[in-house]
Parts: sequence; structure tokens; C-alpha cells
Amino acid sequence: MESVISLEGVTAELGGHPVLRGIDLVVRAGEVVALLGANGSGKSTTVRAAVGRVPITAGRLELFGTPLSRFRDWRRVGYVPQRSTAAGGVPATVREVVAAGRLARRGLLPLRRGDHEAVHRALETVGLADRAREPVATLSGGQHQRVLIARALTNDPDLLIMDEPLAGVDLASQDVLAETVRTLVGRGAAVLLVLHELGPMEPLIDRAVILSGGRVERIVEHGDHLPDTHACHPEDAPEPSAEPRLHSGIL
Amino acid sequence: MSFALPSLSGSPVGAALPPVDGQALALEFLNYAFMQRALIAALVIGVTAPVVGIYLVQRRQALMGDGIGHVALTGVALGFLFNTSPVWMAVLVSAIGAVGMELLRLSGKARGDIALAMLFYGGMAGGVMIINLAPGGSTAGLTSYLWGSVTTVSASDITAIVILAAFVLLVGLGLRRQLFSVCQDEEFARVTGLPVRALNLLLAVTAAATVTVAMRVVGLLLVSALMVIPVVAAQQATRSYAGTLAAACGFGVLVSVSGTVASYYADVPPGATIVLIALGLFALAAALTRPIARRRARRAELPVPPPGTPVGERATVPAPADPDRSSVPSR
Ligand SMILES: Nc1ncnc2c1ncn2[C@@H]1O[C@H](COP(=O)(O)OP(=O)(O)O)[C@@H](O)[C@H]1O
Ligand SMILES: [Mg+2]
Repeated sequence: MESVISLEGVTAELGGHPVLRGIDLVVRAGEVVALLGANGSGKSTTVRAAVGRVPITAGRLELFGTPLSRFRDWRRVGYVPQRSTAAGGVPATVREVVAAGRLARRGLLPLRRGDHEAVHRALETVGLADRAREPVATLSGGQHQRVLIARALTNDPDLLIMDEPLAGVDLASQDVLAETVRTLVGRGAAVLLVLHELGPMEPLIDRAVILSGGRVERIVEHGDHLPDTHACHPEDAPEPSAEPRLHSGIL
Repeated sequence: MSFALPSLSGSPVGAALPPVDGQALALEFLNYAFMQRALIAALVIGVTAPVVGIYLVQRRQALMGDGIGHVALTGVALGFLFNTSPVWMAVLVSAIGAVGMELLRLSGKARGDIALAMLFYGGMAGGVMIINLAPGGSTAGLTSYLWGSVTTVSASDITAIVILAAFVLLVGLGLRRQLFSVCQDEEFARVTGLPVRALNLLLAVTAAATVTVAMRVVGLLLVSALMVIPVVAAQQATRSYAGTLAAACGFGVLVSVSGTVASYYADVPPGATIVLIALGLFALAAALTRPIARRRARRAELPVPPPGTPVGERATVPAPADPDRSSVPSR
């Protein structure tokens, strides 16, 4: 099968410190891969390198079979960055924020009717169509996360990359999210998720890649023994210190 | 050129004020050509300044206009020195300064506020130094550029103002989705394939053009206020970006035109009246919308989560700061 993301021996530095020390990672079409690991193990840096936000110092990195330096087809990629806060300095509605996703198609041209329809569909997918005209600042954490996911979905991406999409998200929103991923994968898209806990995503995950200190510690393939339930950890539980939820069945 | 005019303050106007009664008084200032020019300039500035200001406010760079204003002062002085148009010279120099500041920010080699501080000092000192080197020039020649003036807006100034404003509106309105995306979430904007660096530089040049558009009437030291205050006043009441932009332009026109007229009667530099009226408008907007905001905040808290969802719904996630969104880019 076509490999949508492929990293081979990727290393990267941030502020002069080596952060990735040789990452191998492949996500093929139709696969859901979870990136796990303790805080600071390099999960965000890995996905940011994959979308060209962190320059790599060695190794090979391809998107859809094209080396990243020559990759231009950004409309095929939906990206949900890890974030701490929502709004900028000026009010903006849910629809205005989500519409930014369509610029991957429009570039420097104004949006057209088809773009606004795509925005509406994406908002329906995450169950926020009725909040389209509300300012993002009035949304809860879970709703805000859904806005950012809708923004990444506006182009019907073939690759969805989400950095901790479940952080601070209520259970209802987590289910919406899992459903969205299920639909996307059903259409043959590839999904790369950074997660702290698997939650309702667990049954969807084909492979878990566990990072530690900027290296792949181990890879767990989805087996038949994968449990169908996963204890839900309270959101404010302490971050997993070294071994991420190894006791939780899948791993 | 405008610096050839005998007086840079509004005094000849005050002296020429004829005693008129009632109805005539209201629009009497329209009979003066200089006042017509000043009002055209004020109108154009009022629309233009907030169109750029909204992006700076969104990116929390409200002071950038001030930095550019100081650099423009060096440009004005160079215009005197080389006996060319101070306006176009100011455009050139402030655009170079703004682009330099943006490149410094993007390179991550200097902290944003320090780059801005350097620009303030260098621009101001350069302006004073150069103006004194200019034949027959003195710091007094800069006064109308520092504080604005209704009497010294020349016909060629109007031409420059209209051309520059057209450019600013074309960029600020035509690329509003793109600039919004870049200012809202630069990391995401890059992953949509937008030319983020080029857009950042374009915004810097546009801000420089705006400063020079506004400098003749508002004055370089207060230019930034007209870019920022209407936006901040507008967002007291608005919910959307488009709504904020529209309301800010309305406020901008209101304060710049009324401030210009008021300064004609009060015989003070228009920059000060415009800014004070803008501040008054902001205070009024804040006071009027306070109950609305409070009610809205209460309503935002109301929607209860669907039954059986007790898991922590947190408004802000204490996640590690994303390096790309801090003021110091990691590259
Ligand atoms: N801008 C930066 N400069 C220097 N070091 C950084 C920067 N950003 C992240 N790091 C370091 O890189 C390591 C990996 O970070 P990250 O990929 O964000 O981890 P994770 O997402 O797994 O929590 C951490 O040790 C962090 O301190
Ligand atoms: Mg992270």
C-alpha cells in the first residue's frame, strides 16, 4: 500500500539540542497510527517535522511518496496543532476560523461559494454547524478543539495529523472525534495521532509507536487481543511519567 | 512642496476665522481649499488605518505602528536633506525599517520588543540628526510631521495619500482571509501552503504605507493610535472578524473627520484631537457594551454538557508552549 508518511532515520534539533535522534515511522493509506510517549519525548517535534515546521538535520522524510522539500500538495494534508489557548487579539467566529483551512486550495484568491459549503460540511461533521456564527472565545475547550479539527477537515484530507486532539476534551467531543476519524479512514485516508491516552480512539488504532528521548522505543501492532474497552482516565491525572499507559491492555 | 509653506502650525487659520452666525458656521470650513484637502485626507486615513491595524492588534503587535512612525521621521528628514518629497521618502525609509524589523522577528535573532525599541531610538535620533544637516533645516521643520497639521496638506500630498491608501486597502481587504490566517495561527497557515513569509513582509510594507498615509494629518507620534484604538473600540461590541473590521473603519472615519474639524476650530494640531476623540469613543463603547458582554459571558457558561459527561472540560489546556507561537521563533 502507498505510504502516506514515511520517516527514515529522521533527526532534528531545537535550540541547538538534539530532540529527534533517528525516528522511523510509516503511515499507510487507511491506517491510524498513534504516537505515544512521555512529555518531552519528541511527539510534537516528530509531527511538526512531518509537516515541515521543524527542519530535519538528517534522514529521509516523504509525504505521499514525495520528499518533503518538494511537496506542494498541502490540500491533501489536514493538520491540528497542539495548542494551549484559543483566540487571537480580535474576535472571530467559528466559521471564520474554520474557513482558513480552505486557503490550502484557494491560495491567495478569495473564497468562493464551494468553499463556504465545504466549511459548513466540516462544521456539521464535528457537530458545530449551529455554532458557526458564534465567536470562538465563547466556546468550551472541547468545542474549541472541534473547531480546529473542522478547520483541518475542510479539504477532505487524505492525511490527517492531530497533536493531542483529546487534551481537555469532554467525552461527548471525544466520541465525535473518534467517529470523524472512523469516517475518514473508511474513505481511505491516513491518520497520525499524538495521544496521551487512547480513550474512544482505541478500537481504531492500527499501530502505536512509543517514543522515548527522541527515539522509537517500540512499536505495538494492533492484534486480535486488543481490548475493546479502555478505562477512561480523568483529564487531570498526572502526565504519564515514562511509560505511557503500558498497563492499559493494548501494549 | 509642503515644507515651503510659511507656517507649520494652524495659526493663519485661526486668525482668518470670520465671525459668522448659526447655519453658516456649520460648514464654513469647507470653503477653504486647505480644509477640503485635510478632510479628504482624514476620510481616507480613517478608513485605511484600521484595515491594517486589525492585523497588528490580532498579532499583539499594536506598537509596531509606533516603531514605523519613528523610522518614518528619518525618511521625512531625508526628504528635506535631498530636497525631494518627504512623503515618498518616508514611505521608502519606513518600508525598509518595517521589513527589517519583520526579518529580524522571523530570524529569531532578537526579541521582538528589543527590535522595536532599537527602531524607536534609531528613527528618532536619525530624524533629528539629518534634519539639522539639511540646508536651512531645523527641528522645527519636523513639527507638522510629528503632530499633524490641517494647513499643510498639499495637493501632491493628497495624490500620494490616495495612491498609498488604494494599495493598503487592496492588500488589507483583498487578502483578508490570508492575513487573518497568518495572524491567527501562523503554524497552521504554513501547513496550508500559504506563502507566510511573503505575507508577513507584505503586511509590514502595508503598515509602513499606512503610517505615511496618516502622518500628514495625524502626525507620526500618534499615527499608531488611529490604527489601534478604532479596532479595540469596535471589538467591545463585535463577535466576528468581518464585523470588527467594518465597525473599526466606521469608527476610524468618524474620529478622524470629526477630529480634523474640531482642530480647525480649536486651532490645535489635529493628531491630538483625533486621538482624544478616539479614546472617548473607546471609553463610551466599553461602558455601553459592558452589560452586553456580561450577559454574553453568563450565557456562554450556561450550556450544560450532555448527561454523563463529567470528564474535565477545561477551557485552557496547560500544554507546553508551542515554540512557533512564542515571540521568539526557534529557527
Ligand atoms: N523551541 C525549542 N527549543 C529547544 N528545545 C525545545 C523546543 N521545543 C521543544 N523542545 C524540547 O524538545 C523536546 C521534545 O519536545 P516535544 O516534541 O514538544 O515533546 P512532546 O510533544 O512529546 O511532549 C523536549 O525536551 C522539549 O524541551
Ligand atoms: Mg507535544
